[in-house]
Amino acid sequence: MPHRTFIWFILPTALAMILFIGLPIVSSFFQSLHIENEQVLMEVENCDPFGCTTNVRVDVEATEKIEAENPLGRFNGFGTYTDRNHLAFDEIREAWDNKTSIGEFKDIVLNLPFYKALLFTLTFCFAVTPPVIVLGFIVALSVNTLAKNLKGLIVFGTILPMIVTPLIGSLVLFWMIDSQGIIGASIQILFDDPNLSLKASSNLTWITLIIYGIWHNTPFAFVVFYAALQTVPQDPLEAAYIDGATRFERVRFIVIPHLYPVATFIMLICLMDNFRVFEPIIGFSAEGVAQSLSWMIYQDLRNENKMLFGSAGATSMLTILGIAFLLTPVLIRTWKEFKTER
Amino acid sequence: MNQTINKYSKQIIIVNSIFILFWLTISIFPFIWTLWGSFKVKADFFSRADWTYALSGFNTLIETGATTTFKAYLESWTEGEFGRATMNTMIVTVSVVSISLFLGTLGAYALSRSTFKYTFYILIIALIFRAMPHITLVSGYLFPFFQLNIWGILPTTIIVLVAINQPFTLWLLYSFFKTVPKELDESALIDGCSYFQAFRYIIMPVMWPGVVTAGLFSMMLAYNDFTVTALLLNQHNYTMVPKINAYLGTVEYGGNYMWAVSSVVSATAPLFMIIWFFQKQLISGLTAGAVKG
Repeated sequence: MPHRTFIWFILPTALAMILFIGLPIVSSFFQSLHIENEQVLMEVENCDPFGCTTNVRVDVEATEKIEAENPLGRFNGFGTYTDRNHLAFDEIREAWDNKTSIGEFKDIVLNLPFYKALLFTLTFCFAVTPPVIVLGFIVALSVNTLAKNLKGLIVFGTILPMIVTPLIGSLVLFWMIDSQGIIGASIQILFDDPNLSLKASSNLTWITLIIYGIWHNTPFAFVVFYAALQTVPQDPLEAAYIDGATRFERVRFIVIPHLYPVATFIMLICLMDNFRVFEPIIGFSAEGVAQSLSWMIYQDLRNENKMLFGSAGATSMLTILGIAFLLTPVLIRTWKEFKTER
Repeated sequence: MNQTINKYSKQIIIVNSIFILFWLTISIFPFIWTLWGSFKVKADFFSRADWTYALSGFNTLIETGATTTFKAYLESWTEGEFGRATMNTMIVTVSVVSISLFLGTLGAYALSRSTFKYTFYILIIALIFRAMPHITLVSGYLFPFFQLNIWGILPTTIIVLVAINQPFTLWLLYSFFKTVPKELDESALIDGCSYFQAFRYIIMPVMWPGVVTAGLFSMMLAYNDFTVTALLLNQHNYTMVPKINAYLGTVEYGGNYMWAVSSVVSATAPLFMIIWFFQKQLISGLTAGAVKG
């Protein structure tokens, strides 16, 4: 296809992607270099019959003028990146200098907003992915042995958790697990502890969120494994059968090795998807004890007084950095595939 | 031979059936429970006293005079303006699906037929774009959109969702067009068609299986989106998912839980029906990138 024709074909989609994916990233970066305008303060003298007092208050007019001239705020360089709400270099240095033990230092660092969110995001990622792969594989093996006319119905039932949006999925589970819901109330009766609830401890909330993550992601792993199972070659299986391998041995030494590449694919996609975990935190109303990086951005943009574009931009950039780490293996894999295709 | 290999012993069949039943309970029961509970009042579905009230409808009977009630549905659709949100979701979904398929088929066709090296880089960039968390993009949109005064309206959200959706659509349709034999359109070109005519008369009639799959994913993205719609639309223009979230927390609706419960049912039911019909396409799309033997 000649270059000119190619350009006309690709132009609409390329334009859409550049304008609404490429530029926003650049825009985010610029925002992160700026910080909100300071409010202009002025001294006002109030005199009444009992004497005069001076008060400091915000000069609304002057503040609005600056705001209109400089809507993005003033230039701050990388200041936002290193402030207390992000990488917090000063706080960490101070904590390191004044530490009495490593444990104390760890506590201080992990209570800083950014590191707290990072810890949860990473814990979520790495706690959800392995069970998803194992469970997805088992369900796929299990569905694969069923009679053909049952399969369609059961596959449909299995993929439901994946189809609903995470917000709705987490709400549906939350309403059951909540202390007034069916599961939550039953657990209270079971342990005979009326105060036992999801919100009682941060550990319980984290575990609930992770269980939700597994519930939501397993169908994806299942679907991919299930499709891959159809491509397992029959000849080695037959040979193994003749040589007297048990069913378990056939799965262990023929099926699983065949599925390794698929498993790595699922793992990478899962890690990337879960790194942006955000909606379940809202669905489970878990903001108090579990914050993720995406949730931090949402919170900055939802700020009631003034949207914190600078802060949101800085967290966005740091999140993208994290995604870049996770994405590299996927890119290398795609690269290799392309090379072999040509 | 195959017969003997695939013969399962009785124990395996029993264990397997139990496991499948267990798994299906986990994946389906929450939805059935929500459906059931949406016909009760709050005191039953979120019962402090006894969860069996949710089954018997104890308080529902006291409050409304029957064990099932459509109160939550009626109220959320009238007072809660859920009908409006449904309308908005339909507008957004239909527009996003049609625009993104239009852009996507053209782009993916070109990518699959060009032999130059830049196609590869375009696809890699699309892959990188696909990995970007939506919330980071939204943080980039808000400021310019406020300045341009295009925040809060449906068209902006539609364009943004189309763009966010393009990388995946491109990849999916690209791998689909690769399976359509080149000879088809090449012979048309030799007969004197232009590239666009070849696309219009030769490719379009055979591309529907791929397009249905891509359309299904576009639909799910637009229908399910929360991040973009919650932050880019004003309250008045909310689609279903942000509306449900609004029922839960904001002052305006007073945290009306049962509205949220019934709206969840109203929002998921059509989605499940669509997926029931297009299950095969959904699965083929999910596995497109993963399974190559």
